[in-house]
Amino acid sequence: MKELLSHSLTMTDRDLRRLARQPWWIVVTLVQPVIWLLLFGPLFKGIANIPGFHAHSYIQFLTPGVVIMTAFFSGGWNGMATIDDLNRGVVDRLLVSPLRRSAFFIGHVLQTSVSIIIQAAIIVVLAYAMGAHFANGALGLLVLFTAAVLLGGSLNAVSNGLALIFRREETLIATLNVFMLPLTFLSSAFMQQNLIPHWMQVGARFNPLNWAVQASRSAISSGTDWGSVGTHLGLLAGLLVVCMAFATRTIHTYQSSV
Amino acid sequence: MNQQRPNGNAIEIESLVKVYKGAVRALDGIDLVVPAGSVFGLLGPNGAGKTTAVKIASTLSFPTSGTIRVAGIDVVAHPRQVREAIGVVGQVSGVDVNLNGRENLRLQGLIRSIHGRELKQRVNELLEQFGLADSAKRVARNYSGGMQRRLDIATALVHRPQVLFLDEPTTGLDPEVRTEMWQEIERLTHEEGLTILLTTHYLEEADRLAAKLAILDRGKVVATGSPEELKQELEGDTIHVELREDAPDGTIRVALENVKGIRRLDHDVRCLRARVEHGATAIPLVLQALESKGLAVDSVSVSRPSLDDVYMRYTGREFARADEEGARQQSPAGEEKR
Ligand SMILES: Nc1ncnc2c1ncn2[C@@H]1O[C@H](COP(=O)(O)OP(=O)(O)O)[C@@H](O)[C@H]1O
Ligand SMILES: [Mg+2]
Repeated sequence: MKELLSHSLTMTDRDLRRLARQPWWIVVTLVQPVIWLLLFGPLFKGIANIPGFHAHSYIQFLTPGVVIMTAFFSGGWNGMATIDDLNRGVVDRLLVSPLRRSAFFIGHVLQTSVSIIIQAAIIVVLAYAMGAHFANGALGLLVLFTAAVLLGGSLNAVSNGLALIFRREETLIATLNVFMLPLTFLSSAFMQQNLIPHWMQVGARFNPLNWAVQASRSAISSGTDWGSVGTHLGLLAGLLVVCMAFATRTIHTYQSSV
Repeated sequence: MNQQRPNGNAIEIESLVKVYKGAVRALDGIDLVVPAGSVFGLLGPNGAGKTTAVKIASTLSFPTSGTIRVAGIDVVAHPRQVREAIGVVGQVSGVDVNLNGRENLRLQGLIRSIHGRELKQRVNELLEQFGLADSAKRVARNYSGGMQRRLDIATALVHRPQVLFLDEPTTGLDPEVRTEMWQEIERLTHEEGLTILLTTHYLEEADRLAAKLAILDRGKVVATGSPEELKQELEGDTIHVELREDAPDGTIRVALENVKGIRRLDHDVRCLRARVEHGATAIPLVLQALESKGLAVDSVSVSRPSLDDVYMRYTGREFARADEEGARQQSPAGEEKR
């Protein structure tokens, strides 16, 4: 256990150093969420007046969606770095060392978590400046950050696992697009659940992205349904475990093909 | 760490077969015994299966069948223990170019549970030894090819392994850098008693570095022995003739059939090698015989037996040609080459 922790932190440290050497990366990944906030916020202000729309303002409604979407993509594209590591022989070098297999993925997940928290914090501050309110204070934000980290971490593990299976950038990009895009549409990130078509509502129920949005949106709004928040966070935690298990198995697949 | 195995063998490979998906038989039943404490060369042209053998012996890839023991430990049954005992420098560098030299070394140490003062000391020692102390804080992306290779080897040594795998360590390096690398490799075995399994497709490299070597060709070991032994098996001289044009089938053999003193003849359509007792006496006879059959000669040379001759003797092909051919075959399916 101590070794697993130490190996994981060693890998996280490596990833964070890499990140620290290209700080523009965090700026690049924030471009899209900031556009969502600045553009969609004012653009769809009127949505808040639609009968049946509960949130205080659209920006208030939008913020958790934007945070979660950002975490989703941040984690999801992480496998690209692993492709780079594969091409440079870094992965092979790690695999012939006594590095604990799961530490390889835990390290990446922890690194993604750090980036996600930084991104989420920036988005929250921006949203606050634009007039969003956060009910439940620190606890609400804690749920938001936790949901973002659990979802982003799951995507990260899947993405890195797929990188080991496909070993090629183009295949990885295509595969990730195929399953990430539908998930973003089948969610209530930008529109309230009961205002989207019925079939989408059904799909959204099984969508982890939606679990994260629902949990965090409820947690930062007044009249929080803590039971549902807990269930959704639990589901997300379960998802992370499943994704980690999948990722760890891909190492064997990779070793069988080289 | 450097405990000697009872039987003194660092690596033992028996009947190793590796079949890749798509039915590529990369290794076709090889047997190898690498004695501890010296450089063992695995020489073979491109595509012979060298990297495959290293990947399996270093626990990266799985054998299709056969047994492999490294430092006395079975690589399939106990990969983890093998990993503690080995250092690996792959054909593709394993340096993390986003980290600086020191960080690369520290990373390897931390994975192997070397911490604190001990780690710091070892890292400094290696930086010094490999001439990287001044560049320790530079990101490895900005290192020259030679520096990256040195860092590569250094990172494989942090935990003082018993066995070091070097897969084509000098491929792609400038000639001077290559010579430096050779000196470094010699130092590692002489002074540190390390066992090194070195693969190469450079004949001179195998000749110079390997105490013992195995010649690998199309997934099979075709000869083993020290470079001297292998060359001595071929007594006399080698005459090497390049023709101006491709010879029609069979004419070379017919032309030289009755030339005295030829012990062995290997040829393809364009060039031939004749093993003779005494080169100077045989050259005029050979040239005459070829010209009389209308085969114009482009160049001729005579040499003491080289590993090239050894390779030709066992495979019937010229090393350089086999190497080019192997490279050609591998590049269209380029992705496979890692
Ligand atoms: N991952 C792989 N999948 C399929 N075939 C492979 C793979 N790696 C190597 N090969 C094939 O196995 C053979 C031996 O390759 P390799 O061990 O790399 O040779 P060498 O290192 O001697 O140049 C080649 O024909 C090569 O194309
Ligand atoms: Mg090779």
